[in-house]
Amino acid sequence: MSSDLTPDLETRQLLRRFGHFTAVDQIDLSIARGEFFSILGPSGCGKTTLLRMLAGFDQPDSGDILIRGESMLGVAPNKRPVNMVFQHLALFPMMNVADNIAYGLRRRGTDRHAIAAKVRTALESVDLPDAGDKRIDQLSGGQKQRVAIARALVLEPRLLLLDEPLGALDLKLREHMKVELKQLQQRIGTTFIYITHDQSEALVMSDRIAVMQRGRFEQTGSPTDLYYSPESAFVAGFVGDANRWRGTVTQVNGDTVQVSTGNGLQLLCSSKQTPQQGETVSVFVRPEAIGIGEAAGGADNRLEGRIANLLFNGANSSALLLCGPGEDEVRVALPQTGQYRHLKRGDVLSLYFSAAQASCFGGDAA
Amino acid sequence: MNHGDHQKLFFWLLLAPFALWLILLIFIPHLDMLSIALRERVAPREYAFSLANFQAFFTEPLYWRTFLRTALMSILATALTLLIAFPVAWYIAKILRGRSKSLLFLLCLIPFWVSELVRTYGWMILLRETGVVSRVLQWSGLVDGPVEMLYNDAAILLGLVYNALLFMVVPLVTALDSLSDELVEASYDLGGNSLSTLRFVVIPHAMPGIVSGCIIVFMLTLGNYLTPTLLGGKDSLWFTGQIYTQFITRFNWELGSAFGVLLLILSSVIVWLGLRLSGQTLSGTLAR
Amino acid sequence: MIPSLPRSSASAALYTAYVALFFVFLLAPLVVVGVFAFNDSLFASLPWQGFTLDWFTAAGDGRTGVFRDGPLLESIGVSLFVAFWVTVLSLSVATTNAFLFERHVFRGREFLFMLMLLPLVIPGVILGISILIASNSLANVLEDRFLLEWDWLRPGLVLVILGQFSFITTIATLVVTARLRKIDRSLEEAARDLGAGHLAVLLTVTLPWLRPALLACGIVAFLMSFENFNTTLMLVSSDSPLTITLFDRLREGSTPALNAVSLLLMTGSGLLALISVLAQRNPPR
Repeated sequence: MSSDLTPDLETRQLLRRFGHFTAVDQIDLSIARGEFFSILGPSGCGKTTLLRMLAGFDQPDSGDILIRGESMLGVAPNKRPVNMVFQHLALFPMMNVADNIAYGLRRRGTDRHAIAAKVRTALESVDLPDAGDKRIDQLSGGQKQRVAIARALVLEPRLLLLDEPLGALDLKLREHMKVELKQLQQRIGTTFIYITHDQSEALVMSDRIAVMQRGRFEQTGSPTDLYYSPESAFVAGFVGDANRWRGTVTQVNGDTVQVSTGNGLQLLCSSKQTPQQGETVSVFVRPEAIGIGEAAGGADNRLEGRIANLLFNGANSSALLLCGPGEDEVRVALPQTGQYRHLKRGDVLSLYFSAAQASCFGGDAA
Repeated sequence: MNHGDHQKLFFWLLLAPFALWLILLIFIPHLDMLSIALRERVAPREYAFSLANFQAFFTEPLYWRTFLRTALMSILATALTLLIAFPVAWYIAKILRGRSKSLLFLLCLIPFWVSELVRTYGWMILLRETGVVSRVLQWSGLVDGPVEMLYNDAAILLGLVYNALLFMVVPLVTALDSLSDELVEASYDLGGNSLSTLRFVVIPHAMPGIVSGCIIVFMLTLGNYLTPTLLGGKDSLWFTGQIYTQFITRFNWELGSAFGVLLLILSSVIVWLGLRLSGQTLSGTLAR
Repeated sequence: MIPSLPRSSASAALYTAYVALFFVFLLAPLVVVGVFAFNDSLFASLPWQGFTLDWFTAAGDGRTGVFRDGPLLESIGVSLFVAFWVTVLSLSVATTNAFLFERHVFRGREFLFMLMLLPLVIPGVILGISILIASNSLANVLEDRFLLEWDWLRPGLVLVILGQFSFITTIATLVVTARLRKIDRSLEEAARDLGAGHLAVLLTVTLPWLRPALLACGIVAFLMSFENFNTTLMLVSSDSPLTITLFDRLREGSTPALNAVSLLLMTGSGLLALISVLAQRNPPR
């Protein structure tokens, strides 16, 4: 039945309710073969419920799940061509590493020699060739991670589901594992579905990301799409950092909109929604999109502000400025080239950014 | 069969042994005991409903005095056990660390691994007229002749407290272990002293453990036959001894059952009162 | 109160002395029982008459050692038999109870759980007589109406086993339930995800997880049965378990042979204790 063009995973109008609460609200999703697909959203957005329905631990109230064109409704979790890396990994503490990896193969009744060979290959593929005899509690956090992935991949699933598996790791290791996971996925070509609330995990690893909120996908697209052209206030606020002002539209000129904040700042913004004059909108500008000093060719927006606070954080350093008559707070990224090393509180800076970098969204109060 | 039917089938399969156990071994026997307590033999193999057995209990001073004495001494033994065990539990849970802590805790458990009979026998060897303590006292010249320290109420209490200690220490250590040192430090930091910290921080935290220990100890003491009989001798006047006499020696099951029912009512009332006064529940204390 | 708070060295010393005294108190009766097993005297008391192994091995001369004492050895056999069955029964029911209370949500669950705890607040002697009465009533009805003579309903080992099982099950249920509650449910989901059916999940994940608790709990159940006196007393007939035999001998007047058998008991249960401690060391978390 399935050709190479059949998506690995499709969901159609997938719906799951708990009482009056709709956890997953009619989601349509299509994931191509070999994609690294992330579902990004705050806790409680329904991403875990969605993943558990894909794995078979929860049943949708309506809608369908198709894996390579075959409906998975009524198929028990142990019969689905899908494997999962659990949030806390769920490695069996009463078995050693090799037995953990062999677990699924044994359930299939694979013969003993084939199991031994596959376990060896699996351990080599995650760079742990000698760990087979170790107990689970002898492994480091990163090693456990790899064993959990190997245990799922040894079954050669159509889809690998990953439920925030990096959450429990410390910061350094998490950064490292992000890169490792992405490289692993590119090497083996299995379709990955990764859920997380950490935007940086999603941005670094994914081919495509769906931003989820209140049971729905707000926007689906590549990491750069989400970053540069968010389609809703929620996505603009959730993906990456942003300054956010609320204001009223004073003038509309095609895609360009003029907004006046309550405190008297006049901003030139871009909007895909063409809001009405007088409408209340939110304006989002990323700290790293704001230039400091005088723009070479002039800019749509210019501000002047006094530094209220310096937030030094290495490469992510920024300054908080108070701008305009109403002292609106503006956060500006400070590139660490040494140029801004001697800034101090009370210094006055000139700022500029283009209208294209200032997205404005109406209606949604979120 | 679908998933839901499977679940239901498993539920009934699991409920069956539970229900059989409780109904056949607990409910029916106790109802039977109640029905026998409430009857009187009017002719050979013929019985009629009657309160005569309970009447006998209230009219014969030996019976109700023994009953009251057993209740009071059990409460006393429970209180003594708590007082003796608490400092030890605190020492193990809060003062000791690491290896010595687990070692001392294990040491506390040792009496459990030895039968109550052996423990009581040990006390008999120590306390009887020809026993170790008596001899040592004579040698040291503190007393002139042999001293009999068995067969009195103090010996009974000693034996009961000794047998109960472990059942008090273990829940107390568990409860105190979970009390964070920071809470004690915070209490001092905010101006508390040992007494107010104990009163307002430690005891409220340890309450489920205290109540759990007290219930178990009280039940073990009240229902004990072995220790009062061996350490108290013939005149131990323990209520379980009366029950044994009626059942086994006199073969008066009617009166014996009435005694059983009364003892059960007594224990239920006291346990219920204890739970009420401390604001705990049975499941919250025993099942932790 | 705690080491981080200052206290006077006098009160600290007093406290330590109290705890030391407590342990002397705790161990003294056990030590004398053990020591006098080797006293070369007809009485388990001072003065010390010299070391002997008579109370273990002697036969005749007014001294009967434990190993030559037929009735005593027999009652050890009876106790082992009873303890074995009590352990098997109570562990089985405890396991099904644990799954009932941990894996099913049903109306009246809290209430049934409270009923499950009841045997803990029934005095042991009462458990014994109530079972004695009920089985006797049943036996009488069967005999009068159906002419059936079911002797096992009369006092004897079956009733002893049932009587002990009735309350040891509660304790075992508490232990097994606590362990089952602590399992990470995602372990079972992971097994399902890796292709295991319900039975395979139970056999490869859930039961191995329960194993340390089942082992420890089995040892405790065995010991509680072996040592039980108050319930057993009401239900025995001629085949008496060890505690009953010892009790009768103790009342007749004891010889150091009782110390010897006590010492053997202590050694035996000490070994069991060691196994249980080792079993609970490094349980998989």
